[in-house]
Amino acid sequence: MGWAQRMKRALFTRGGVHPEPRKVSSIMKIFPGPNPEQVIIPLSQHIGAPCEPVVEIGDEVLVGQKIGDSAEYVSAPVHSSVSGEVTGIKKYPHPGGHDMLAIQITSDHLDRPSPDLQPVAEPLELAPGEIRVRVREGGIVGMGGAGFPTHVKLDTPADKSIEVMIVNGAECEPYLTGDYRVMLENSEQVLMGAKIAQRALGADRIVVGVEHVFPDVIRVMREAGGPFGIEVVSLPCRYPQGAEKSLIKSIAGREVPTGGLPRDVGASVSNVQTCYAVYDLFYNGRPLTDRVLTVAGDGIAGTANLRVKIGTTVSDVIDYCGGMVGEPGKVILGGPMMGVAQYTTGVPVIKTTSGIIVLRADTMLVEEPGHFTCIRCGRCVKRCPMNLMPYQMASYADIGDWDALERFDLEECMECGCCAYICPTKNPLVQLIKVGKDGLARRRRKMDSLVGTGDGRG
Amino acid sequence: MDWSLVWKAAIALGGLALLFGILLAFASRRFRVETDPRLNDLIGALLGSNCGACGYPGCEAAAQAVLDGKDSVDVCVAGGRKVAENVARVMGVEPTMAERGVALVHCIGGLEESVPKAIYQGIDSCAAADKIAGGHKACEYGCLGLGTCMAACPVNAIALDQDHRRWVNRDRCTGCGLCVEACPRHLIQVVPRNQEVLVVCNNRDKGARARQVCSVCCTACKKCEKVCKAGAISIADNRAWIDYDRCTQCGMCIEECPNRCIVRVAPRRRRRRRDLVTAGASSAETGS
Repeated sequence: MGWAQRMKRALFTRGGVHPEPRKVSSIMKIFPGPNPEQVIIPLSQHIGAPCEPVVEIGDEVLVGQKIGDSAEYVSAPVHSSVSGEVTGIKKYPHPGGHDMLAIQITSDHLDRPSPDLQPVAEPLELAPGEIRVRVREGGIVGMGGAGFPTHVKLDTPADKSIEVMIVNGAECEPYLTGDYRVMLENSEQVLMGAKIAQRALGADRIVVGVEHVFPDVIRVMREAGGPFGIEVVSLPCRYPQGAEKSLIKSIAGREVPTGGLPRDVGASVSNVQTCYAVYDLFYNGRPLTDRVLTVAGDGIAGTANLRVKIGTTVSDVIDYCGGMVGEPGKVILGGPMMGVAQYTTGVPVIKTTSGIIVLRADTMLVEEPGHFTCIRCGRCVKRCPMNLMPYQMASYADIGDWDALERFDLEECMECGCCAYICPTKNPLVQLIKVGKDGLARRRRKMDSLVGTGDGRG
Repeated sequence: MDWSLVWKAAIALGGLALLFGILLAFASRRFRVETDPRLNDLIGALLGSNCGACGYPGCEAAAQAVLDGKDSVDVCVAGGRKVAENVARVMGVEPTMAERGVALVHCIGGLEESVPKAIYQGIDSCAAADKIAGGHKACEYGCLGLGTCMAACPVNAIALDQDHRRWVNRDRCTGCGLCVEACPRHLIQVVPRNQEVLVVCNNRDKGARARQVCSVCCTACKKCEKVCKAGAISIADNRAWIDYDRCTQCGMCIEECPNRCIVRVAPRRRRRRRDLVTAGASSAETGS
């Protein structure tokens, strides 16, 4: 990388914070996860329409058998991760917080694979359309956290062209090391999956972005990617480096326009584990039924990187890792910056769960703000990677002034939490911005309905 | 000292003052905007809190609308009958007052009755709590009790007791409906003012599941539907609904409801406490 490029990258990365990495699990190999008695597989593990169950209570299912599907385009089917009997179809706790319809399967511990999906001999010879159909059938969604159906992402509209496909190996959240271990142990598989995705996208080149604090991964990926002509870029270490828009800014030097998508600037971003899932689907004929996640935190006996079956409950995973230590304070699914604290360990691991963080009550710093108290220091503005003004957005959201909020690009906020992290008065800025987004959406719906009826009054 | 400086300055400034005075006098005659003298009286007659419940940007806009004949004298939703009478007096017409309903919170599950599922840390607002994993209550339909409706109420008719139950003061409530829009769970409805028998649960889950999360929930057991002689109660979406046109307010359903989620709210303060005791609904909404 030449100095000019280096300068450009330095210039294009703005904002962000540096939380303590705490990536102790980075030296731990990926172990197979627990073999649960029962799995709970939610029918909504992605952005888009939830699935409808295609099995009934009492049905016999096999590993990789489709158990839920939707007719909508923006959706992805779900598959059984164990073989056994369907024992329940009702609402179960969901990592999102609301109880969601899910399918409970009691395992027979035989793990008999389903013959529905078979490996493809030459996946790189397939037509892009066929790749997308298979990716959808495999139930693959973005595994970085958002869960956007991958087949939709791989569908480049006719008037757009994708120049660069970025493989997201910047695992910037503290504690999490799952993507890192996958890149280290399955580098070739990840790149082969990326090649298939590249074919579907019609992208010219593949760039892998890895934070510079992982030189071993960069070396391994460069060795594996050399023959394919894949570039591996070392990125500055900061949070949120792995956010889609930040990554495009850092690697391609392009800024996604407000309200736009990465494809508008000729880029597409896929997570490392998504690429691995694509590989697994095409070369092994296995749909997305498991994922690598990190179990960490000071409240857990054993820190580990596990390949966990989708639908395994968090309590099963915690027991598998030796149980909790001390009085549990919080159990967070995902990273500590963007993850969601859970109220029960009965929630299942889903396709987008990148980690289980258990924090102890006695070492946990709990802030109880209650009210918004901003001292106008402006640190959140400086740290916002999207050039927004969090304190202003939060202030207006707090008093419910939706007219004033219209002036700020609330939709641009990706809720990375940099502002709340850096805030010296510990204001829940992200929460208030979420309230603001909701308020604006309600207001716009109301406006639209008024325009529809021709009634000028509220 | 040179006195000429003083009188020169005095003449110059006095001349300017005279000139501008003439100009201003001319302008005020020539460019005068005709305003209705009643506008100021009208603004005075309205509440002046600019609450926006009427749908206009503020009290002045509402007053202008009344003057222009675009709206009737009962434009002020929050002000109720009194303000309507004042506005009518200014306009010189008979006061007309559309009968406005009264707000009803479709949930009386307080801290004791409704099971919490999590400890909530964050901004004290229902809208904010609802954004985080659907709130801290196990019931995903019930009132979160953080007082977003109270903040929205322009006449302070909603109060919150220590058990996090909402109490609507029916004497103060003007039925403006601002709280209806504020509630993130859509729990508040404006019901007819003379309706006394009301269902105070909005749980749409099946009975068994509803019982798990709250002790004053509607389980859609249909007992009220069977006992109602007027045929005013129907069960839909796993909860009871009262048809206010048919209801004779006999109170049979209150006696029958096993979970005490149908209550009688009394219109007058004197009768209220006794009624609540006989209905067995200690947590009914009432006035203070």
